[in-house]
Amino acid sequence: MASIELVQVTKVFDKTAVIDRLDLTIEDGSFTVLVGPSGCGKTTLLRMIAGLDLQTSGSVRIGGKDVSNLAPGQRGVAMVFQNYALYPTMSVRENIEFGLKNNKVKRSERIELVESISETVGLKDYLDRKPSTLSGGQRQRVALARAMVKKPAVFLMDEPLSNLDAKLRGQMRIELIELHKKLGVTFVYVTHDQVEAMSMADRIVLMNGGVIQQEAAPEVIYRQPGNQFTAQFMGVPPMNVYELGANGIKFGFRPEAALLSQSQTQSQSPETNLNTNTPQWSVRGTVATREMLGSETIYQIKSGDRSYMVKSADDQYAFDQEVQLRVDASRIFLFAADGSRLLESEPDYAGYMDRLRGQRHG
Amino acid sequence: MANRTTWDRIRPYVMIAPAMAGILTFVIYPMGYLIYLSFYKYNLMNRAKSKYVEFDNYKQIFTRGDFYKALGNTLVYTVGVVALTMILALLTALWLKRNTRLNAIIQGGIFIPHIVSIVSVSLVWLWMMEPSHGMLNALLRSLGIPPSHWLQSSRTALVSVIIVAVWQAIGYYALIISAALRNVSPSIYEAAALDNASRAKVFFRITLPLISPQLFFILVIMTIGSFKVFDIVQIMTGGGPNDATTTLVYYIYSYRTTNIGYAAASGVTLMAIIGLLTFVYFRLLSRKVHYQ
Repeated sequence: MASIELVQVTKVFDKTAVIDRLDLTIEDGSFTVLVGPSGCGKTTLLRMIAGLDLQTSGSVRIGGKDVSNLAPGQRGVAMVFQNYALYPTMSVRENIEFGLKNNKVKRSERIELVESISETVGLKDYLDRKPSTLSGGQRQRVALARAMVKKPAVFLMDEPLSNLDAKLRGQMRIELIELHKKLGVTFVYVTHDQVEAMSMADRIVLMNGGVIQQEAAPEVIYRQPGNQFTAQFMGVPPMNVYELGANGIKFGFRPEAALLSQSQTQSQSPETNLNTNTPQWSVRGTVATREMLGSETIYQIKSGDRSYMVKSADDQYAFDQEVQLRVDASRIFLFAADGSRLLESEPDYAGYMDRLRGQRHG
Repeated sequence: MANRTTWDRIRPYVMIAPAMAGILTFVIYPMGYLIYLSFYKYNLMNRAKSKYVEFDNYKQIFTRGDFYKALGNTLVYTVGVVALTMILALLTALWLKRNTRLNAIIQGGIFIPHIVSIVSVSLVWLWMMEPSHGMLNALLRSLGIPPSHWLQSSRTALVSVIIVAVWQAIGYYALIISAALRNVSPSIYEAAALDNASRAKVFFRITLPLISPQLFFILVIMTIGSFKVFDIVQIMTGGGPNDATTTLVYYIYSYRTTNIGYAAASGVTLMAIIGLLTFVYFRLLSRKVHYQ
């Protein structure tokens, strides 16, 4: 059981600061996912926690203890690598046992631990096989077992599922969630895949350019993005964001927030929309692409030189069809020129919203 | 149709015919002829006077002291060269593992002996090992170590030849090992670090098994090569002093005109010894080699 604290950590590679004075606290027992585009510093962060890369300055604390200068093997952490990093010349049993042997665990205890762990991950019949004879999913399990058997206080995972096929990945996601529930230890998981982050994390740390963009539970990150980057990174398809046309302000809405309807003819005045109780923003466009995914359909609606992604349960709209796109004002986000979110409490908020609604006529 | 099937059938043989012709002419035929010669008392002046002597040449080989002397020298030379080269090349490769600019220069430097002709290498060392004016003894004297006779004493001559051979071979084999080391995924070492493995454990349980295919290859290739050593001996010592550096091939060479049948029989024996040794290597070690 251990929380992780990064205090003012800086990491410099070749004179470039990849991470600059970053503070982060990862709570004990949480499933924290570090997510962000490639090169955002998430893996560097994980490797500093593991001790594989030493921070240029600042300190790393695990369970309240300063481990800044401790060797990886002394930190009480276990890691699962993207390419599994199994020892190719050792059998599955030896792979799992290696860390125990190095930590001078007694033979009888070792055998017991290996047996029980291999049972848990379903590798019992493969203990004497070499990793090269196993499938990707089985290797993944060996890597997990090797980490688990040491009973670490902190589990670090560096994109462990990215080498698996889609179906297996889905299955392993569920298994990891169950594993976290069962072990109750701190999980730190690095991924560039926001779906993985959303589905597994109880806390997401979204990073970009070495800076934490937002740190919150998945629901909060999704519904209340702190800035434009967060809003556009989380969610598939990403949030539609366009210039409002005043002071660099941008507006955005999620693809599923948009409602489609048959386009009204010109004779029917746009004011009909205004008569509805909730204020709305609407635009007319044509269906440019249509992806039928089963339970939902994703449309790309072209309107002028802008295109909006729309996710809808309705699959009746066809390619090239004219449609009316409406979004409730409550589901529209405003962002300032620097990308930060403009909250409803800000004095200018109402003014910009009015301006946005006005655009429909223009 | 029939024509085509015939062509289809013979096509592979036609394709490999040129290569096979070369192998037959330059490998199989000489080998067969060598074995054939080893059963004759061959007369170079008059072929018709050559006499079939059955196993007489072989009987002679195994009863003559100078053959055992040559065999013993060859064994000492091989063990010395193979063991020293492998250990030193491995250490050099481990030392060069870090990819710095200095290491790149050093790696190029230690490879140079391999591209220099063995004749030049031998002559330079011959010069350096000269007991009264050579550089090595001057160096030893300046360090207060008693000088050595090097090639001119039967006690140190073989060791001197081994030193030259090792010096020449290290760079090349260090290069092979260092390529093997770089092939090991760094994340495996990181996993080992997280598994709290000591440096010795990492080396013996991870590094060594992972490069074992290359080490095994070097072992086999070097053993065969060392058994056939000739050039260094010919240039530096001529087998002397007092046969102290006469190796098997040099021994065969010394009978090239006087007793061809005997030389041929020695050649066949050498071939058998190398074949046997390689076979033993594969039987004993192949299970310890991890191919991925």
